[in-house]
Amino acid sequence: MPDTSGRRAVRSPMAAPPSFLWIRRIFLTVLTVFVLLPVYVMLSSSLKPLEDVSGKFQWIPSGLTLRPYADIWETVPLADYFVNSLIVSGAATVCSVVIAVFAAYAVSRYDFRGKRVFTVTVLSTQMFPGILFLLPLFLIYVNIGSATGIALFGSRGGLILTYLTFSLPFSIWMLIGYFDSIPRDLDEAAKVDGCGPIGALFRVIVPAAVPGIVAVAVYAFMTAWGEVLFASVMTNETTRTLAVGLQGYSTLNDVYWNQIMAASLVVSVPVVAGFLLLQRYLVAGLTAGAVK
Amino acid sequence: MTLTAVSRRDRSGPGTKRRQDRPGAQRTTRRSGRLRRISLPYLLLLPALLLELLVHLVPMLMGIVMSFKELTQFYLSTWSKAPWAGLDNFRVAVDFDAPIGEALLKSFLTTCLFTVCSVGLCWLIGTAAAVFLQERFRGRGLLRTLFLVPYALPVYAAVITWVFMFQRDNGLVNHVLHDQLGIGDSPAFWLVGDNAFWALLTVSVWKGWPFAFLTLMAGLQNIPRDLYEAAALDGAGVWKQIRHITLPSLRPVNQVLVLVLFLWTFNDFNTPFVLFGKAAPESADLISLHIYQSSFQTWNFGTGSAMSVLLLLFLLVVTGVYLLVTSRGKKAKARA
Repeated sequence: MPDTSGRRAVRSPMAAPPSFLWIRRIFLTVLTVFVLLPVYVMLSSSLKPLEDVSGKFQWIPSGLTLRPYADIWETVPLADYFVNSLIVSGAATVCSVVIAVFAAYAVSRYDFRGKRVFTVTVLSTQMFPGILFLLPLFLIYVNIGSATGIALFGSRGGLILTYLTFSLPFSIWMLIGYFDSIPRDLDEAAKVDGCGPIGALFRVIVPAAVPGIVAVAVYAFMTAWGEVLFASVMTNETTRTLAVGLQGYSTLNDVYWNQIMAASLVVSVPVVAGFLLLQRYLVAGLTAGAVK
Repeated sequence: MTLTAVSRRDRSGPGTKRRQDRPGAQRTTRRSGRLRRISLPYLLLLPALLLELLVHLVPMLMGIVMSFKELTQFYLSTWSKAPWAGLDNFRVAVDFDAPIGEALLKSFLTTCLFTVCSVGLCWLIGTAAAVFLQERFRGRGLLRTLFLVPYALPVYAAVITWVFMFQRDNGLVNHVLHDQLGIGDSPAFWLVGDNAFWALLTVSVWKGWPFAFLTLMAGLQNIPRDLYEAAALDGAGVWKQIRHITLPSLRPVNQVLVLVLFLWTFNDFNTPFVLFGKAAPESADLISLHIYQSSFQTWNFGTGSAMSVLLLLFLLVVTGVYLLVTSRGKKAKARA
């Protein structure tokens, strides 16, 4: 894995004392166990037969089976939820990234009245409790629906709209920092060569900011994929996402823990894989944008 | 003026931009160029602004209006016609002698205690891990990747795993504590009663610390290497370097990090919702879930909104005071 940190900040070549090394070793070991314990439980339980997960917990499965992975699709309509989550999170991510790129470009490259008000307002929406606008947004969507016939409540569209604004503030903030670090000469040169402001954005800034944009996209996708509160209120039978759908396993009379663990693993794979593959971009994006 | 010439050639711009120019078609190109230059940033911001207005700002203002209304299920589709209630909703929410107010106060205090514990632990673990992983050693990259797994997992998948681990009869926690270590006479309940607080705190810290770690790791990269070299020349050991260089250098990062962690933890809904379902035990009844329950169970959105507004006011005051105090501390340091 490429090393993104530590080039500038490697501590002095002076040898660390044994006390430091031992404390570090113990701390990191304990922390690793704490972090990985649920991952181990998830993985091992998903391969256990039902008797194993219904009785006392066993560290080592008595027998391995792949049945839970076949059963999860039948116990609840997991495939439908999966598709819903993919559509909602994918659309929210694409829209959020495009809108954030435009907004960050404006803030980074232009001076205009209200610039500070805009950035402060957008950022401060991050601190509002979600519950405060859940109730009004619920009413707004219901009312728009009854007034215009556009079904936002209960539809994927409403959820996409909601989710994309969740990741927007942080995305804009991060991209402003990223764009600021790209020399202005580059886009000035492009303008002299005959690009318009929008041309300069797409031909110069966006290619130079790919790591930042990737980081923002990962963040937006994760935000949408993992959201529970609005998903539980604003979806119905046909538009239910994984966040709500996964709870379908535990409301049944018999709790199939092996299936729940298998389903959890399956729904985690897309985001965890994406995140871990792209984490160096995220760290770099965070360094450029958030930490200054 | 290069920009005028350039912008006339720009045909790839979005449709809204051209529409903006139409009223000024008879004006000179120079003026339309200037108009475009002034309005372009606003046009670029427009989508973001509209969405923020629709999903955040208008609902927030509506929420404030709703908190002054007698908004029950009968007025759901005609909420603007609901009768005004004056300050009644607020009176109900802060009447700590009545059941609703008493429950709200209790939930608020629980949330405060929970937030302080969770943020403190997340910050502590995150700092320690970031500092210990600052220097290169074998396995460092692997550990860094592993440590980010809790952050990357979707909340519901991770928390549902913890629910399984906290099961009384077939969970891992009781197996280790009771069966293997022999603590307690009988296996404990973790998701009901007073233990639920500790269960929630564990899950919250497990889920939350990697963000602190990620941010602090990024912050560590901005510390110039010369500082450590100079300190080493002066004979400062590793611990001294951490205390006198690393930690003070992280102060600006910490200022933002602690605030963000505080706001996220205080408003957290997802973790308790998945951990306990719709009804959290009293010991772990966080405020977001509490408001959600009291609004959607009784369909009394007026009181629910009043509670949300009070929560917002509290967060605004805390944030304001926090920023004031931490910035003043910084200024005093700079002067000294």
